Amino acid sequence: MLPWLPENVSSYGGQIDSLFLLIFWITTIVFVAVQATLVVFLFKYRYRPGRKATYTHGNNTLEIAWTIAPSIILVVLALLSRATWDEIKAEMPPVDVSVRVYAKQFNWDFIYPGPDGVFDTADDLTLENELNVPVDKVVKLEMLSRDVIHSLFMPHLRFKQDMVPGRQIDGWFKATKTGEFEIPCAELCGFGHSGMLGHLKVYSAPDYAAWVAERWSN
Amino acid sequence: MTEAAVAHGHEEHHQGGFVTTYLFSMDHKMIGKQFLLLSLFMMIIGGLLALMVRWQLAYPEEPVPGMAWVPEPYMYEGIIPPETYNMMFTMHATIMIFFVVIPILVGAFGNFLIPLMIGTRDMAFPILNMLSFWIAAFAGVLLISSFFVEGGAAAGGWTAYAPLSAAEVYTGVGLGQDLWIVSLVVLGISSMMGSINYITTIINMRAPGMTMFRMPLVIWSLFITAILLLLALPELTAAMAMLLFDRRYGTTFFLPAGGGEPILWQHLFWFFGHPEVYILILPAMGIASEILAVFSRKPIFGYRAMAMAMIAIAFLGWVVWGHHMFQSGMNPTMGMAFMTTTMVIAVPSAIKTFNWLGTLWGGNIMFTTPMLHALAFVSMFVIGGLSGIYMAATPVDIFIHDTYFIVGHIHYVVFGGSVFAIFGAISFWFPKMYGRMMNEALGKIHFFGTLVFFNITFFPMHIIGVGGHMRRIYNPLQYEFLVPLQHWNEIMTFGAIGLGLFQIVFAVNFFWSMFAGAKATQNPWNANTLEWEAPTPPPHGNFHQIPTVYRGPYEYSVPGEKEDWLPQAQPGTGVAAAH
Repeated sequence: MLPWLPENVSSYGGQIDSLFLLIFWITTIVFVAVQATLVVFLFKYRYRPGRKATYTHGNNTLEIAWTIAPSIILVVLALLSRATWDEIKAEMPPVDVSVRVYAKQFNWDFIYPGPDGVFDTADDLTLENELNVPVDKVVKLEMLSRDVIHSLFMPHLRFKQDMVPGRQIDGWFKATKTGEFEIPCAELCGFGHSGMLGHLKVYSAPDYAAWVAERWSN
Repeated sequence: MTEAAVAHGHEEHHQGGFVTTYLFSMDHKMIGKQFLLLSLFMMIIGGLLALMVRWQLAYPEEPVPGMAWVPEPYMYEGIIPPETYNMMFTMHATIMIFFVVIPILVGAFGNFLIPLMIGTRDMAFPILNMLSFWIAAFAGVLLISSFFVEGGAAAGGWTAYAPLSAAEVYTGVGLGQDLWIVSLVVLGISSMMGSINYITTIINMRAPGMTMFRMPLVIWSLFITAILLLLALPELTAAMAMLLFDRRYGTTFFLPAGGGEPILWQHLFWFFGHPEVYILILPAMGIASEILAVFSRKPIFGYRAMAMAMIAIAFLGWVVWGHHMFQSGMNPTMGMAFMTTTMVIAVPSAIKTFNWLGTLWGGNIMFTTPMLHALAFVSMFVIGGLSGIYMAATPVDIFIHDTYFIVGHIHYVVFGGSVFAIFGAISFWFPKMYGRMMNEALGKIHFFGTLVFFNITFFPMHIIGVGGHMRRIYNPLQYEFLVPLQHWNEIMTFGAIGLGLFQIVFAVNFFWSMFAGAKATQNPWNANTLEWEAPTPPPHGNFHQIPTVYRGPYEYSVPGEKEDWLPQAQPGTGVAAAH
């Protein structure tokens, strides 16, 4: 399954992918074991006339065993998930760059606070569908919607956050690699949902400085 | 009904003519068959909608073959526009969930089986029963009519998230979304009527000797499902009313401009929606248990554990709804809470799977058509259940939420689970329902074709989901990162077309056998449960004499018995008399 994941360029993507891989191994082993058992039983216990099935109503020891074993595995998975979930969704690390995002039918407006670092001032800049960030820096996104629920999805950053009108939701990511990556919308938002697409551009430090200089050149 | 009244009723059989026999019958068996036929018809519509969605995904913006006649603005010379596409997947899901799976499992088999399997003559409230069917049929008419109003049918997804669904301006759909709401409220009334009937009947009208723990597991499953429906539907109705009021009467429950909260809709919808999916699967689990026991010629392994597991699923189903909302913007701490409960609810399903395997172990397995479907149920449900674990882990869900991974999971549990169980149930109880056998050769051809093409259609959804392929999108080629996955879309569409074609085999088998199939004996499967004590097909009143129950439902291959089956209603000691 893992080769099909998009390339991971996210600081926390590795943790998500590792958890994914662990679940993949657990579920694959269980899948193979259960299906193989099923097939073996179907062959071994197929009907033959004159033969009688083994008359039994069950086995309490087995019931206990196959209640406890899955429970342990699942509780461990839950515990392993907590730290990553809290890190991504519940906590905000020290922020290097902030961008405000307004989602609307059917594009993303990215608002940069500009060199003064403060939103709602004269040097704010709005770019449609273009998110420009420096590599290896924590980017905070202040996410809002102008109309319906959208969802900012950056597959390569392992980032997804629903954007709900009437409230601001903050999220963060740190890109580990330069490049250009797509930003689809991941929550049905109307007839233009498909094709609602932004582009994330991750710059090296010098290139980012050049971009800033060029954009706010006055 | 007294014995004398029943005997009298036998003589006056069908004096009412066509209308009271086939249209406005108060006989639970006829009402069950009415639900079955209505649902099979709706399944065709739901299936065709799916085929069109699959066509668009595989060949974006190419005309659908044979659909050039559809007028604008629904289609443009066979090409599906995005507005119509959104209607198609919305209505596909709504129809399949509300007008196919639930009415077949609960309306058709609940009705047909409950009185027969608990040994009584009919439901507690026959008039209410008749009304429940006609109200459901009316709800169906309302839903289908929504295609033909201005603005078209609902297009906000079957989950109808607000504000998209709460104001006409966001989708362009007006009356169609309102009809969707009203149709589901009306259908809810029908289901609640049915629930009252089923619960009352099961509690009050069991035959002498039929204790709760001698009831077949399918009856347990229908009993639990009826309780879930009764508790969940009023809440959905309230949510739907709030949505309709936002749309039409100036309220702002879900509209932020007026102080409303969009996430509230999600809580209200999923608080119903999660018990709803257990409503979809529990009767299927019950059916699988019945068929597996009969054709393994063995008692169900762990009967009490199986009943308790279903009860556990029903209870836990109320506290997991937030797992649909991990990325919704709700407090992340709630995400942790719901992840924990979601992991826990996987356990009873695992228990049931192991008990099904235990039922097969040491059996004397007969590969009849019903048995093949029940085995496929177990096998495919395992896949669906395992894929759920990925989503339960909240960090992984960040990536796979709203991707095709979810769509794959849904279809493995609802089609791979519930629909295979439905095919199993139809082929198993068809003799009792229609007095004739279905054709085994056609049954097996349909089964194998369905199994193979089902997997071709739905397994790759996990693959493209892992690739990040979003759900509910109209044209994957608009995204560079999805272009390498596009061949999977073509493969899945090929699978879907094959899957659809093989259902023709089922339709032919079903209708041909109803009129010209081999006449069925009273108990063609040598099964123990009470419905096989009644004549084939049963008359009004079901039994010549109400049976007395002496043992549990799964006394197969009892040592010391000559036959490998021992009916519940057969008196006599036998080794299992004390059970």
